[in-house]
Amino acid sequence: MALFTAAVAGETARRAARQGSPVSAVEATRLLVWRNMLAYRRHWPIFVTGFLEPVFYLFSIGVGVGALVTGFEVGGRTVPYAEFVAPGMLAASAMNGALYDSTFNFFHKLRFGKLFDQMLATPLTTMDVARGELSWSLIRGGIYAAAFLLVMVAMDLVSSWWAVLAVPAALLIGLAFGGICMALTTFMRSWQDFEYVTLATVPMFLFSATFFPVSAFPEWLRWVVECTPLYRGVVLIRELCTGTVGWGSAASVVYLVVLGLVGLVVVRRRLDRLLLA
Amino acid sequence: MTTTPRPGTGPSTSPTSPASTAPGSVVDGALRLAPYWATVLRRTWKGGVISALVTPLLYVVAMGVLLGGFIEVAPGELEGATSYLAFVAPGLLAAHVMTLVIGETTYPVMSGVKWHKTFFAMHATPLGIGSIVLANVGFILLRTLVVSAFFVAVLAPFGVFTTWWGAVLAWATQALVIGAFTTPVFAFAAGLQDETAFALVFRLGMIPMFLFSGAFFPVGNLDAPLEVVARLTPLWHGVDLTRMFALGTFELGPALVHVAYLVALTALGWWWAVRRLRARMVV
Amino acid sequence: MLIHARGLRKTFGDFEAVRGIDVDVPRGQAFGFLGPNGAGKSSTMRMVAAVSPPTGGTLRILGMDPAEQSSAIKARIGVCPQEDTLDLELSVRDNLYVYGRYFGLPRKEVRARVDELLAFVQLGEKADAMVDDLSGGMKRRLTIARSLINRPEILLLDEPTTGLDPQARHVVWDRLFRLKAQGVTLVLTTHYMDEAEQLCDRLVVMDKGHIVAEGSPLELIRAHATREVAELRFGAGGAQAEHEAVAEQVAGLADRVEVLPDRLLLYSDDGERTLAQVHAAGLRPTTTLVRRATLEDVFLRLTGRTLVD
Ligand SMILES: Nc1ncnc2c1ncn2[C@@H]1O[C@H](COP(=O)(O)OP(=O)(O)OP(=O)(O)O)[C@@H](O)[C@H]1O
Ligand SMILES: [Mg+2]
Repeated sequence: MALFTAAVAGETARRAARQGSPVSAVEATRLLVWRNMLAYRRHWPIFVTGFLEPVFYLFSIGVGVGALVTGFEVGGRTVPYAEFVAPGMLAASAMNGALYDSTFNFFHKLRFGKLFDQMLATPLTTMDVARGELSWSLIRGGIYAAAFLLVMVAMDLVSSWWAVLAVPAALLIGLAFGGICMALTTFMRSWQDFEYVTLATVPMFLFSATFFPVSAFPEWLRWVVECTPLYRGVVLIRELCTGTVGWGSAASVVYLVVLGLVGLVVVRRRLDRLLLA
Repeated sequence: MTTTPRPGTGPSTSPTSPASTAPGSVVDGALRLAPYWATVLRRTWKGGVISALVTPLLYVVAMGVLLGGFIEVAPGELEGATSYLAFVAPGLLAAHVMTLVIGETTYPVMSGVKWHKTFFAMHATPLGIGSIVLANVGFILLRTLVVSAFFVAVLAPFGVFTTWWGAVLAWATQALVIGAFTTPVFAFAAGLQDETAFALVFRLGMIPMFLFSGAFFPVGNLDAPLEVVARLTPLWHGVDLTRMFALGTFELGPALVHVAYLVALTALGWWWAVRRLRARMVV
Repeated sequence: MLIHARGLRKTFGDFEAVRGIDVDVPRGQAFGFLGPNGAGKSSTMRMVAAVSPPTGGTLRILGMDPAEQSSAIKARIGVCPQEDTLDLELSVRDNLYVYGRYFGLPRKEVRARVDELLAFVQLGEKADAMVDDLSGGMKRRLTIARSLINRPEILLLDEPTTGLDPQARHVVWDRLFRLKAQGVTLVLTTHYMDEAEQLCDRLVVMDKGHIVAEGSPLELIRAHATREVAELRFGAGGAQAEHEAVAEQVAGLADRVEVLPDRLLLYSDDGERTLAQVHAAGLRPTTTLVRRATLEDVFLRLTGRTLVD
């Protein structure tokens, strides 16, 4: 409820700030996405190679190590190890992509690039900035997710039409991590603080049912893991790719959306404090 | 040593103050940089030290212990290892040393020539290019050796080393791995104009090597042409040598090849690094 | 009044950067803020630019309240901040173009203005260079060009020419004169007294968050300085104590004596006569100079610490 009131108050303030602005919210988002595209134009190899990492992991762990593993049970059916790992890699790469944009890149733009100071000297608002940066990150993540899904199809690792929803699911993961991490980044003081990001994400990457099922854990740890956002993303995408969708999938969706929106609200407030001081 | 007073070199030059001198050798010059690198270490050791220690440990637990718990294979399939944990642990040691070293020689070196320009400041003193490279490489060597010593100590209780001296030699092997990555990557970074190329080094060099150079699964499992490529990477030589010592499967011939390869790469990288840094700074 | 402030205050935590100032800038005026480092000039400029909410007092920009209509205000002003905030990932041309689009201007229009502005600040040749590769002065000129992309009614310039070579400064001044002639209202801060004297119709001197003087350059000189100044130097390394001693001796010869680390300033209406009296008193300065008083002297008078009357 408090959150709702805060959101409403924020909305009123935002409307007020936007009053008389020559740029609509949609147009502002489009402009920011377009600026990022311009900036990337010179660095297309970086853009293109961005989707390789999960593919490498899939081949190394899924196929290479997979030759040593018999496979795991998903929804009452034993699937080959590569088929088990692939959705995990898709989810993890959605997380990593969002992370990179919302931590290092965002911090750089915020503290050193003075990019946001520049934007706020124009009719753009802090919400435009937060929304625009996140949108760009999601578009990029969406392209990578789609490419990865094609690799999965080519390798015959997909067994249901539900899998087409894996791309939007990856976007949800991006939204959740992007929102939360951008919010956390606004509190960071130096590059040293990113140590904490590594310390939180490496365990998530390794233990969120990405490489092996949570049955490997004792009961209590299992519960902890099942509450992490990456775990929710991994099982959601695995359910979609294997066609074992259920109420749990819906819960995961709600969970990820809420995380992302909360993050976004916090980001806007923090940007107001940091940049409009 | 006697000092001749030189008139007119500034207000602080009194007849008794010693004159500044050029270093006698590259090593002498590098040692003069020790206070600088000590300061850097004091200021930065906290940042990164936890993840440098914790990340590989997490990998060992996740891949070696937990995923390994689902893997049962005959020793022949894992290059003589009795468990997947024993197989993957030495591989992860060498692979993580590689990532640490590449981390230390990319952006920080770029900073030295582009952002903070610390190398230029050093070069404005009597120190030569060789001393500057040596001091930085020495710093990375010492620091990474300390981190890998911790790593070896943490791995030991998992029972992944068959003998104590095997563990020591596996650790010593990391010095070769460090050298083979430090000098070439330093050289690459020192001459680079645009730091975005580092992303490509990570994505097209470091990550594939990390994943396919025999750390996670035997390179023999790769298709024939890929296996050849994997065996040509410096990381594979490092991984295989480390694993020989850890598992006690030492063979003199291949070991000598590994050592020679890694040392040669270090020397080549050294030559290239000094050359590139000079070209960058002396213009 | 395009800018209207009453009792404007800004605090950062416990620190009061701006302590209640009144400012009125009518349309078409060139208005200057002068003051030593930390006086609160940039803090004031940022409030006027609607990126920093005032802590107290009233502020109206173009008749609007920045707390409520920041976007509408920003659409009609141009800002050149003290530190360049250029987009280092984009080329010179794209910097202007993208920025212009942030104002909701149509593509064709922005494209035309970009070329015009690049010529205006003489960066046409560098149009496709990356911003990172520009010299400091070129970056500054680009920032100034960028602040003009929306044809602003008010142009806020925080130390526009700091870091420029003399040639480039004159180019910028010339451009600012032209804008002034076109009716653009200029608000600028500067540490260069010649800049303030040349460009500003009216200025305020700020110190420690307060306005300590206000008027046209000429009025300020009349009110706070004499017509002429005699400058005396006594060799290299002259200690402060030595200077103080000399100051005692010449105190009676001028209206006011100012002791600086490297020289003495004697204020009087006839500098040559004062100088003659100095020599007559048996003092032998190594170099001397008689000049007209400038805003520099006003500035020293109002903000300097070592005043010997
Ligand atoms: N964001 C901030 N947080 C805390 N203190 C600040 C902040 N911005 C400015 N200050 C303080 O407010 C005072 C006035 O700063 P301001 O930048 O307005 O000075 P200025 O007159 O522009 O000085 P300069 O000539 O050096 O640019 C300074 O003491 C400064 O330290
Ligand atoms: Mg200032």
